[in-house]
Amino acid sequence: MIDRYKAIEKIMAHVRDDDLVLSTTGMISREVFTTDDRPGNFYMLGSMGLLSSFGLGLALLTPEQRVVILEGDGSALMSLGTLALIAAERPANLLHIILDNEAYESTGAQPSISSEVDLADVGKSCGYAHVVSVDEIEGLEGALMSCDSHPGPHLILVKAAIAPVDGIPRVSHSPSDIRDRFAGRIQRRD
Amino acid sequence: MNAQSFWDVLKSRGLTFFSGVPDSTFREPFNVMVQDPDIRYVPAVREDVALGVASAAYFAGRMGGVMMQNSGIGNIVNPLTSFSLMYKVPVLLLVGWRGYGGPPNDAPEHWIMGVKTPELFDLLELPYRILEADNLEAVLDPLLVAMKEQSVPGALLVRAGVIE
Repeated sequence: MIDRYKAIEKIMAHVRDDDLVLSTTGMISREVFTTDDRPGNFYMLGSMGLLSSFGLGLALLTPEQRVVILEGDGSALMSLGTLALIAAERPANLLHIILDNEAYESTGAQPSISSEVDLADVGKSCGYAHVVSVDEIEGLEGALMSCDSHPGPHLILVKAAIAPVDGIPRVSHSPSDIRDRFAGRIQRRD
Repeated sequence: MNAQSFWDVLKSRGLTFFSGVPDSTFREPFNVMVQDPDIRYVPAVREDVALGVASAAYFAGRMGGVMMQNSGIGNIVNPLTSFSLMYKVPVLLLVGWRGYGGPPNDAPEHWIMGVKTPELFDLLELPYRILEADNLEAVLDPLLVAMKEQSVPGALLVRAGVIE
């Protein structure tokens, strides 16, 4: 098991300057914001389950940029059909990372069903071109590197520990600022 | 109106990126659309997924569209309120208006939503227009203006038989 904020630190250190990084509602966005708040980040403050379809649309519209989707197991399970759609559309520039702590940690760590359902197997069955499951930090490093030598869409399942960070701040940007900064980054207006 | 003419007008307004879930209201437009190399259509598995996919177009400096049946409005209420309206991301909703006018029109499963469809857009304060066979440009252009001015989604409600 990897502490989620350590996984996010590792992922954000690996992210390239022109990558678009989308993070789901709750603690994941707060930890991405705290780790590396950059113009190419989009923090999905609400709309649980919507992130992966938004990321798919972006990946199809910006094929020259890598789109990194960072969501939890609860969010992925809510939109399991989107995994099938991503696999069917096959965007080579999409990296889908599921931080799987088998719980709804943001709302009090209530258990999810991903302890019983292997989301990497789901991704493989759907037809993601490259699927890796990791449960320790060195494995995550290798999985991120391996995306450079395989065509996407990629799915990395990160088995994560429940490890809340005390005092983690909320995303301080307003929704319209998040929108405009991100759109400006995509359209190179920044 | 003719399905090809329908798309010619939408394309002339820059609307070429769509996602959706099919509805029989759009049977002919759908067939025309998927044959058109100028239009990119992503066949979503749910209406909220279609909204997520299509909304990405705004961030690329374009306007996306969702094609759906009005029974799917319930599936997009959360993304409309906590994504589209919160971030102010416009997207055009092409909504097949099944059960228009309530019973005895259409099948029983469409009766309630058939009556509630415009009320739901009113409730969410989203602009919408009703397409007739001869008024596409007259309703689409003001709708797009309202959507861009308010930076919110807007809906074009389409009854059975209006596009053939």
